[in-house]
Amino acid sequence: MIRVALPYHLRNLARVDGEVALEVAGPVTLRAVLDTIEARYPVLRGTIRDHGTLKRRPFIRFFACKEDLSLEPSEIELPAAVANGEEPLLIVGAMAGG
Amino acid sequence: MSTIRVLVGTKKGAFILTADGKRQNWEVNGPHFAGWEIYHLKGSPADPKRIYASQTSGWFGQVIQRSDDGGKTWNPPGTKPEDLMSPDGMPKGASNMFAYEGEVGTHKWYDGTQHPWEFKRVWHIEPSLDDPDTAYAGAEDAAIFKTTDGGKTWKELSALRSVKGALWQPGAGGMAVHTILIDPKNPKRIYIAISAAGAFRTDDGGKTWKPINRGLKSQYELPDPDAEVGHCVHRIALHPSRPDVLFMQKHWDVLRTDNAGDRWAEVSGNLPTDFGFPIDVHAHEPETIYVVPITSDSLHYPPDGKLRVYRSKTGGNEWEPLTAGLPQNNCYVNVLRDAMAVDQLDPCGVYFGTTGGQVYCSPDGGDSWNPIVRDLPGVLSVEVQTLA
Repeated sequence: MIRVALPYHLRNLARVDGEVALEVAGPVTLRAVLDTIEARYPVLRGTIRDHGTLKRRPFIRFFACKEDLSLEPSEIELPAAVANGEEPLLIVGAMAGG
Repeated sequence: MSTIRVLVGTKKGAFILTADGKRQNWEVNGPHFAGWEIYHLKGSPADPKRIYASQTSGWFGQVIQRSDDGGKTWNPPGTKPEDLMSPDGMPKGASNMFAYEGEVGTHKWYDGTQHPWEFKRVWHIEPSLDDPDTAYAGAEDAAIFKTTDGGKTWKELSALRSVKGALWQPGAGGMAVHTILIDPKNPKRIYIAISAAGAFRTDDGGKTWKPINRGLKSQYELPDPDAEVGHCVHRIALHPSRPDVLFMQKHWDVLRTDNAGDRWAEVSGNLPTDFGFPIDVHAHEPETIYVVPITSDSLHYPPDGKLRVYRSKTGGNEWEPLTAGLPQNNCYVNVLRDAMAVDQLDPCGVYFGTTGGQVYCSPDGGDSWNPIVRDLPGVLSVEVQTLA
């Protein structure tokens, strides 16, 4: 199972507590994980990435295993520790300053 | 006795304020959607339990919420996995998808170049007068969308952007359809207003649109003060009994038209300043209108630190300040364009919210005011439902 940690507002929107556990078919890429999340929680479509282009929204970040994957292509495979469920993929609202 | 339900959108959530017809003791419920900007909530005239809300975030984008029980519970329509499933299993759409139709096109950007339309958020939702599942959404960047399935899917009425859209330019607050008025005598006639493009009208349900800005003069905002489009219209309002008569608060100037927007005339009269944002009409007196004068485009707070609503009982030109119960010193809040509304009781109640988080109610047509709440987040919108 893939573990995904959503930010506070998206947990509320999806009505989940804590991490989300997902079965991802095929290679565990960033895109496959996001496709799976959106299939299970359609309310999250458009909140993490754009509806049409599937580009990451500007103030969303993807972290895993202490690495920032936000600028990586969505086809990259996630680290093995994420793929085997040892570590979560963190979907994070970027810092706003202030 | 009647019940009044005030729907308040704020910078940090939605609040629902209820009272009986005396409008003295209020119950405050919220925040709903805590932490999100709620640009607007509005109930369906055909089914008051049906309420639509526009929930937005700079991080997470646009969500449409819907209540079918008067605001007790909410759901984003069409976002369960079993809804809108495509043949290959993936949900094919969601209620937060606002896609421009056809070629996206461009509008004028701040530097004078052409810039592609980019959806940012829904500013205003206007439910149909007779069908709870039909509603219109006014969007930034400026466009109007329509749902006929209770908000599950939205489709742009794209002809609006073909009305010299390449000349439209955002103001400092963005470029949005912020006002949508449906003619109660002819639902195919819809008026909309855009900052900073002007007012527009369709007479065929959105298939075609025309600019209705003759008589507007914007000598400080536009190189051609009489331009056909480009005016910064802040708000328009009508009385249901006379839908050809519209009142407008422009960036500067208060105006009226008696012919559905074909020609406007200034009615600022003796206002201390004719800059402001909201304008509204008394529920039972079509010639009684309300504005909140703001010092200037550079000073977005009331003149002299005195929060005054101005009322005209003559359809403009002759205005009187309404101050009883409103702060008359050290008040430097603003009242945004969608943050004023009236109820349908007699005497008519008038309501407005401020950027300082106060929501005021006048149960007597503006003669006296009381704060319902004082410390909400900045108020973006106020709507009122009068329930039997």
